[in-house]
Amino acid sequence: MSKSPLKVRLAYAGIALLLLAAPFLMGAGFGNSWVRVLDFVLLYAMLALGLNIVVGYAGLLDLGYIAFYAVGAYLFAILASPQFDWHVSAWIILPMGGMLACLAGATLGAPTLRLRGDYLAIVTLGFGEIVRLFMNNLDRPVNITNGPQGINLIDGVTLFGHPLERGFTLFGQRFPSDYAYYYLFLALTLLVIFVCIRLENSRIGRAWVAIREDEIAAQAMGINTRNVKLLAFAMGASFGGIAGCLFAAFQGFVSPESFTLMESVMVVCMVVLGGMGHIPGVILGAVLLTVAPEFLREIVNPLQRALFGRMIVDPENLRMLLFGLALIIVMLFRPAGLWPSRRRREELEEAHD
Amino acid sequence: MDILVQQLINGLILGSIYALIALGYTMVYGILGLINFAHGEIVMIGAMVTITCLNLLIGSGVELPGLLLVGLSLLMAIPACALLGFTIERVAYRPLRNAPRLAPLITAIGVSIVLQNLAMMIWGRQYVAFPSILPAEPHQVLGASITSLQILIVVLAAAMMAGLMLLVHRTRLGRAMRATSQSPQVASLMGVNVNHVISMTFILGSCLGSVAGVMVSANYGQAHAYMGFLLGLKAFSAAVLGGIGNLGGAVVGGLLLGIIESLGAGYIGDFTGGFLGSQYQDVFAFMVLILVLVFRPSGLMGERVAERP
Repeated sequence: MSKSPLKVRLAYAGIALLLLAAPFLMGAGFGNSWVRVLDFVLLYAMLALGLNIVVGYAGLLDLGYIAFYAVGAYLFAILASPQFDWHVSAWIILPMGGMLACLAGATLGAPTLRLRGDYLAIVTLGFGEIVRLFMNNLDRPVNITNGPQGINLIDGVTLFGHPLERGFTLFGQRFPSDYAYYYLFLALTLLVIFVCIRLENSRIGRAWVAIREDEIAAQAMGINTRNVKLLAFAMGASFGGIAGCLFAAFQGFVSPESFTLMESVMVVCMVVLGGMGHIPGVILGAVLLTVAPEFLREIVNPLQRALFGRMIVDPENLRMLLFGLALIIVMLFRPAGLWPSRRRREELEEAHD
Repeated sequence: MDILVQQLINGLILGSIYALIALGYTMVYGILGLINFAHGEIVMIGAMVTITCLNLLIGSGVELPGLLLVGLSLLMAIPACALLGFTIERVAYRPLRNAPRLAPLITAIGVSIVLQNLAMMIWGRQYVAFPSILPAEPHQVLGASITSLQILIVVLAAAMMAGLMLLVHRTRLGRAMRATSQSPQVASLMGVNVNHVISMTFILGSCLGSVAGVMVSANYGQAHAYMGFLLGLKAFSAAVLGGIGNLGGAVVGGLLLGIIESLGAGYIGDFTGGFLGSQYQDVFAFMVLILVLVFRPSGLMGERVAERP
């Protein structure tokens, strides 16, 4: 590896320090609930990066991505909870979750990937709904998923014999589990980012981009488009499955409500709003779309009081209304996303000339 | 046998409503290549405005037959929805016409979230009841029952669909719409005002959608701020099932999806020996959708066309 200039290395060191200190800064500044938000930011970043492979690189619109998240989460919940009284270690379930989701992605992808554009979108959407409906209804005749009530009391992750949900003590100060999970998620997110960067510059990554730009030309260049698309689907799915396992362990509770179509749509929004196919952009999208609703939750009530002197409308609705408006405004002013890749920006500028 | 007829009738009613909504999706898709995610919300607003007008009319003590009251309320709701559809296109889609393909999808989702929450602010979180002023006496057909209201729904839906077909295939505007859907550039070279045609498409789709919304809420006796979401999803699936962009396909897809769904609800228990109950009706509908698309990748009536650049 070539040596980077001092400035770049200092910048990386700064980012690393900031990432390591983030939960303490957040916790001290805004309270522990914001550390939890930070954990979700990382979970969604993993999800968005996984979907970015499918939507951003390969250009396949997947509206049922949350189904793979659900598969991972339910696998974890079933294998590590009092539901069947199985308590398999998280470190065994995590790779299993990735593989099961990968298998689910391949099973869905194999027959459907020859569909074009929006037909694929609707099939994936249907698949997502089917998975959710099964989870919602598989409590009889045999109780597997415990139906709409969901599965409770899921085991957490244990790291070197230390259960993460007990939190940790540093300089005589107790820190709750959210802090501990932050570091686990951070490590895995960095791993996912690393894999994504390597994929992007690989033969497969270039094949994906080629298919996105022009499928027929890609085929003419000798790319086996079906296999390569299937790979994108399966790989994106496996990231979703792993994120799902982590979600179940972190939350300690899963129910079908966490895996609605709206969640899929939110992850698509993260990818597109951030900047399709551009890793920093997608992460930015995940950060903004996870933090924005929480931030709005904090400010809508004071805002209403300041403006009208009393509460006029339901804060929950006002918050989502502002969120929707923000989505529209951002896309109107930055149609290629907030932080598009250089190639994409150039394409757009070319198109306008 | 009775159950079969009953489920077919239920499916026909549900299906004709789906078809009306699906037409709105398919017209917009045919011309812009855009999934108008906010269309379901227009359906919901149509139902809500009608119910509000009805309550106002009844509250003001007007003594008129129920049907006339609903008709009067529709005179408020249809223009309101048409205006809404027109505005949505102007604000959220038109500025993005040359943007990357997924950008208008995100604004559509944004519009949908905004409208849902706006509706919740105005009409509350609870179900809103549809005043029971419409004729509901049941008729017996082949051992199954159907109310006058339901007959009216099917007839009105069929009439509206026929009207739309006439408009698209027999009028100047319809010809302009068909030309625009084939190629906006060439159509504009031939003197078609493409922006005007697109606005008209949204207005027409919204009119059909608002009436469909009233039909749903009248049939079930209630409306809710979230009702547009699932209805829109089903109707969009129906449009895809028939071959998106194809008007006839939307009608066939809508009717088929409605019938599949109600047959699924009625028979899924028998098919699986009681293993799966009627709560799986949506699973059944989506399974059929996926299977149809696997074997006919462009929908039932869609033509095989090359992907648009």
